[in-house]
Amino acid sequence: MMTNPHGPAYGLLESTDLTVSSRRRFLQGTGLLMGFVWLGRRKAFAAGEEPSLKVIGGGGEDTGNAFEGFAPGGFIRIGRDGSITFVIPSTEMGQGIYTGEAMLLAEELEVGLDQVRIMPAPPNEELYRQPILKSQATGGSTSIRGAWVPMRQAGAAARTMLIGAAAAEWAVPSEECRAERAVITHIPSGRTLTYAALADASIRQPVPQDVPLKDPKDFKLIGKNTRRVDTPSKVDGSAQYGIDVKVEGMKIAAISICPVPDGKLVAVDDSQARKIKGVVDVIKIHNAVAVTGDHFWAARQGLAALKIEWDYGAKASLSSDSIWADLKQASETGKPVMGRSEGDADAKMASAAKRVDAVYELPLLAHATMEPINTTVHVRPDACEIWLGTQAPTAVQQVAAQVSGLPPEKVIVHNHLIGGGFGRRLVADSVQQAVEFAKQVSYPIKIIWTREQDLQHDLFRPAYYDRISAGLGADGFPVAWTDRTTGGSVLGSYLPTGLPEGVLDSDAIEGAAQPPYALPSIRVDWIRKDPPIKVNWWRGVGPTHNVFVVESFMDELAHAVGKDPLEYRRVLLKDNPRALGVLNLAAEKAGWGSPLPERTGRGISLHDSFGSYLATVVETSVTPAGQIKLKRIVAAVDCGFNILPDTIKAQIEGGMIFGLSAAMYNGITFKDGQVEQSNFHDYRQMRINEVPPFEVHIIPSTEGPGGIGESGTVSAAPALGNAIFAATGKRLRRLPFSREELQAPDIAKQTLGMVPPVALGVAIAASLGDAETGGSSGHQSQPAEV
Amino acid sequence: MQMIDMTVNGELLHLDVPDDMPLLWALRDVAGLTGTKFGCGIAQCGACTVHVDGKPVRSCVMPVGAVGNRPVTTVEGVSETPVGKKVQEAWLDLEVVQCGYCQSGQIMSAAALLGRNPDPDDAAIDAAMAGNVCRCGTYPRIRAAIKQAATA
Repeated sequence: MMTNPHGPAYGLLESTDLTVSSRRRFLQGTGLLMGFVWLGRRKAFAAGEEPSLKVIGGGGEDTGNAFEGFAPGGFIRIGRDGSITFVIPSTEMGQGIYTGEAMLLAEELEVGLDQVRIMPAPPNEELYRQPILKSQATGGSTSIRGAWVPMRQAGAAARTMLIGAAAAEWAVPSEECRAERAVITHIPSGRTLTYAALADASIRQPVPQDVPLKDPKDFKLIGKNTRRVDTPSKVDGSAQYGIDVKVEGMKIAAISICPVPDGKLVAVDDSQARKIKGVVDVIKIHNAVAVTGDHFWAARQGLAALKIEWDYGAKASLSSDSIWADLKQASETGKPVMGRSEGDADAKMASAAKRVDAVYELPLLAHATMEPINTTVHVRPDACEIWLGTQAPTAVQQVAAQVSGLPPEKVIVHNHLIGGGFGRRLVADSVQQAVEFAKQVSYPIKIIWTREQDLQHDLFRPAYYDRISAGLGADGFPVAWTDRTTGGSVLGSYLPTGLPEGVLDSDAIEGAAQPPYALPSIRVDWIRKDPPIKVNWWRGVGPTHNVFVVESFMDELAHAVGKDPLEYRRVLLKDNPRALGVLNLAAEKAGWGSPLPERTGRGISLHDSFGSYLATVVETSVTPAGQIKLKRIVAAVDCGFNILPDTIKAQIEGGMIFGLSAAMYNGITFKDGQVEQSNFHDYRQMRINEVPPFEVHIIPSTEGPGGIGESGTVSAAPALGNAIFAATGKRLRRLPFSREELQAPDIAKQTLGMVPPVALGVAIAASLGDAETGGSSGHQSQPAEV
Repeated sequence: MQMIDMTVNGELLHLDVPDDMPLLWALRDVAGLTGTKFGCGIAQCGACTVHVDGKPVRSCVMPVGAVGNRPVTTVEGVSETPVGKKVQEAWLDLEVVQCGYCQSGQIMSAAALLGRNPDPDDAAIDAAMAGNVCRCGTYPRIRAAIKQAATA
């Protein structure tokens, strides 16, 4: 079975190229080249979306049943009052998709972004199923790839119908009319009609069956930088994330969850908690207890006053040691599922002139979104209403229906801006919990997880134990390549029905099965070893895991035969011009090969994931005490056609920094059944003083757009690891990179805090009522430079 | 009944809250000012940063009882100060924001920095901003926007 190099990680059980075929199938299937689905106005409005549409950016009136006007399909609403509303199917979590998808619609509809309002799509698989993921979800860097054709077609079809209505009104040929900024002009006579005036008449126009799209040279919006539509409300504080929701009669809940996975709540003594002013109720579910209150502080005080008895259950002895031992054993003795096999790698390995082997280890990872998990739910006899930020609105609806016992159409989901997704909010675990609590009370409750709960009860990215080998020919280049990855199945954890044993989870090998290089023989397989905890998607999915191994190892091979890692890659890329293009550009801009100070080095990584090519050069120094100090980052990207170039750069910057935080600092560990990390002091993230100058160079392209939200994350660890090797001669094959392993031989072991004490200083100052937190606190926060 | 009087964004509020309640929850859950965010609860991330008497404070660990008669400014009110307005404009111009959840705190820390140092160098920016975590990695743009606001 083969995997698709550009393919989605979600729901992929097929061997075909979904990037192309699903779109084609989808378009053929509808017979109408527009929208994700084109439905008549009546049906669209009967599909459960009515109450949940609100303009983003805080406040904003409801639309829905009250709306009257032209609503061709799920994306566009043109009101008699002149309002133009775009219902955006993808969730905005910082990646700029509200703007990107709005640009696709607006370009063909001939309106300006300043003329439209943006609303998040309600749960409705029929209207908003993502063509690549095949469900209404946002992830896998699929949004723009899936929307690129259908959303432009939706805009063009609506425009065609508006022009048709105007032409009919004037009794002139459509060809004599032109649309611009929501006004149609009859060119010969100069007469005009607004979209608002045509809202009713447009409904009666025939739905066009074949809508030509603009030549890219005529684009007015696409490809040009524009202000993002979500930024103003995020700068003035009016943006409404899920955690900001306020509902009439709502109480706020703090909860305690059994610290051990699958443990149970045995008993709660709430006699003291109920005496605290502001505490309203104490409610229990099988593995957690909630205190509801007038505000979160009362709820937390009440929670602290509970006496809780847990049954930790069978996983009370779970430890990271056991997880690693299981992975290692499975890697050596387990039965692999084939991912890709070409050219008889085993035979060629046996006869190779030189053989190189390595083992790479990657830890469990938490998402640590800035907005902690939160869910607001009101269960009523007739409906269940939910307010939250989710990457998967229909999953939320389904889970809430199951728990509440209501039919899905009685579950109303208000989707909000997300304060960080990274895969975390694809899963509706918090919804299940919140509905279980909420159905015990009559009022709406907002459950807020603390940062500690957000970290400790996250669904983690799996740990991996990967064995990779290459056989090199007399010229030093690979004749055989084998990559055996061992880890849990994310898809198996995600699918309600699980993934049968022996079936490939392509996520486990994505980024490994299709390296961009010419390899005469290759075998990539996967040994499934599910950990005793649920696992989840994490930014960059399969490629973040596998490209670290592939690109680190490619560097190892170059050094093993005394070749420059850049030159070595170039030789293997002669037939891959897009990959070679980004590699050369990044190297050139980074000044590859120019002299550097002692214990300073450059590392490069290259991959094509999610339909985009990215090469990154990281320059770092490593202090004698083993501290990694980044000096410069240069990235070159070819992601096909650019929709919003500045956001492409922003995603590369942010994705890379996200990946560097993980590479340098992050790994979740278990001891005695419990997660050992608890907050940002021991699950550290990069801070501004650690981020070096950062350049992103974009190679112009007319290819279809690739995904870009995760590519930077994929590049981070291998580029840094290779730079560390160049600086120190130490090859680190385990993440996160260990400072101890990087200490110069003559430096005595010393303890350098992983915790930036900045926050402690600030905490103390603030608690003493001293408001000053600036000054030198930031510098003091960082481990001493040695 | 116990009441706390507090001036927030120029408006005198009478809040029925206990002395030891962190300012963050008084602002969010009682005063309804949700622009100030909960991120960590232990002054590790800076998402809850507000100004008390013009100085940046992590409101998640500052009891309301400690505010006294010092004026509080949140992101909703910072545009009323010339520096705050410049910072917000630079944030828009350079498209600093991604998910946005930490940005209220970033903007408040940046405005406080520029309030006491109108022309900060990189070291001063590091010192003032290292307490604010951004998981989207907007740091390069934060730095650039502070410099732009300084020259605006």
